[in-house]
Amino acid sequence: MSLTLIDKIWNAHLIGTRADGRDLVYMDRLVLHELHAPHAFSRLAATGRTVRRPDLVFAALDHTVATQPGRDDTTNPAGTDFIRATREESRNRGISVFDLGQDWQGISHVVAPELGMVLPGATHAVPDSHACTVGGIGALGFGCGTTELEHVMATQVMALKRPKQMRISLEGSLSPGVSAKDVVLHVISRLGLSGGRGHMVEFAGPVARAMSVEARFTLCNMIIEMGARSGLVAPDEAVFAWLDGRRMMPTGEALELALRTWRTLASDPDARFDQDISIDCTNLAPQITWGTDPSQVIGVGDAVPDPGEAGQRALTYMGLQPGMTLEGLPVDRVFIGSCTNSRITDLREVAALVRGRKVADGVRAIVVPGSSAVKRQAEAEGLDAIFEAAGFAWHESGCSLCAGANGDEAGRGERVVATSNRNFENRQGPGARTHLASPAMAAAAALTGTITDVRRLLGGGS
Amino acid sequence: MQGFTTVTGTAAPLLLDDINTDQIAPGVYLRHFRPDYAALLFGLRRYKPDGSDDPGFVLNQPQYRQARILVTGANFGCGSSREQAVWAMTAFGIGCIVARGFADIYRENCLKNGLLPVVLGEAMPAFEALVTRIDGSAPFTVSLEERHILAPDGTRFDFAISDGERHALLHGLDDIGLTLELADTIAAWEAQISATAPWQQNIPGK
Repeated sequence: MSLTLIDKIWNAHLIGTRADGRDLVYMDRLVLHELHAPHAFSRLAATGRTVRRPDLVFAALDHTVATQPGRDDTTNPAGTDFIRATREESRNRGISVFDLGQDWQGISHVVAPELGMVLPGATHAVPDSHACTVGGIGALGFGCGTTELEHVMATQVMALKRPKQMRISLEGSLSPGVSAKDVVLHVISRLGLSGGRGHMVEFAGPVARAMSVEARFTLCNMIIEMGARSGLVAPDEAVFAWLDGRRMMPTGEALELALRTWRTLASDPDARFDQDISIDCTNLAPQITWGTDPSQVIGVGDAVPDPGEAGQRALTYMGLQPGMTLEGLPVDRVFIGSCTNSRITDLREVAALVRGRKVADGVRAIVVPGSSAVKRQAEAEGLDAIFEAAGFAWHESGCSLCAGANGDEAGRGERVVATSNRNFENRQGPGARTHLASPAMAAAAALTGTITDVRRLLGGGS
Repeated sequence: MQGFTTVTGTAAPLLLDDINTDQIAPGVYLRHFRPDYAALLFGLRRYKPDGSDDPGFVLNQPQYRQARILVTGANFGCGSSREQAVWAMTAFGIGCIVARGFADIYRENCLKNGLLPVVLGEAMPAFEALVTRIDGSAPFTVSLEERHILAPDGTRFDFAISDGERHALLHGLDDIGLTLELADTIAAWEAQISATAPWQQNIPGK
């Protein structure tokens, strides 16, 4: 029987079927974080249960940590209890913590692959909906709530109904100034917020294949925004090379065996998908959101649509009118960071654009690296100096403005161009108006002080 | 978790699609280590910036302040996986959400907290017929045992839910306990994988 890659990974981790008909799927790794872990720990304590495999569990500190240089537990006072409870309970239960000041602190979805902790063909649980990010190396990530987190801690499995499957073939090639973020925003606008509901997604086609591993993380990161639980890009030699030598990678014979297995990780040629969608990316322009959900997307030169009565609230919240163009609209803040776009390749792209230029007067621009390792790498390459010379603030790693839980937030009515994943009402601060875009588009907005087609700064395009 | 019993109470209409968990449980309230979940439900829509109630929001209208059922649109609970968006609902007193559809993770979180997610979205006429019977004065009754909702005028709306989910909700089954019935199978699987795919079970470089 022909199988999809997702079938193969699912079957390889299938423990059995529970009395209520759910599949028990083994989770190779679990990464918890401080916003939800304390509650799950206290529930475990109340029921007298233990963490079944603390050696497969890691604790990240990302959602509530301050990102100001020199930060500690108390810099964001609202985060202190979360951070300390997570650290203490993790240590008590034998769980490794990626702590503040340590090499591997950062956003869990950035750190896990960077360490080689999550691997191709693996399953990966995180109490966070962007767990799907690790699909970039061909792993299946599962976001979950707090009760499910407790369940995975106690059992190392998740009880799931097998989802349907969707293949999205990204055809053609990308123009200069257009990246994975533009592709995924376009996909979400095409399929809608619930277009992937009940499904897991395999991205395929020449555009996905040509993407760097970092770009594939960006692509997979936003799968949840169209309602799909998880998804991936089949791993290839680019992934294996990217993982080579990472700290938690297998070595020696185990690595040889792993590589032989990983090279079989692909959907069979005649595998059937419940939905099979093809999207041509050839003439795709840089994309940007106009509204208050990630499906409300237009090309940067397009007019804001008339969304009818149902979309009026979004237009009012964003301070926009149908028919206007976003280009030229003044911005107050620019945020470059989050599990979507905060990796070294994103920072290099931004640095190349801002080198020798200045952030426009009146714009507060911030770069928040996705992990402390990304930060160190950027500093080794001198990117921090380029950012600071241009007028960007250079921060420590964390979720920052994306989650709005660490004290970094925009003010009421402020217009923000952000590289993150959610432009919901009030997400980046009560009343804040967020436009999602690529790192290059965010850099262009910072330099010009307005929403700008980045291709103008590249000396070509429209 | 307590077993699900019949829910009887007024049904509040919030007839919008794609309500996300940032709206249900806004992040600004989740910065508190032990927040007041009932108070934070739809916090940034229920309250004006000065903290006073916004009389335009459905749960602030007198007839819906004690609502036990929420009636809403498609893709309810999309976005963040935060379970606080379910805890806020149950703390407020909501025992059943009737929607045209739920986001996957939100629906899972409901089931784990004894909050019954009912989808009437597959049959739009049924959903609309239910909505026309909402007046805020008379109670609806939701029976999971019978898999139906009775409107105040006696009209019956049947809904579907799997036998497994219904059984687990009715008996308030311990989800972790259910899985641990297969603890030996999990251990046997781990032993086998350690032999055939050692990199999955053994992490170097920690």
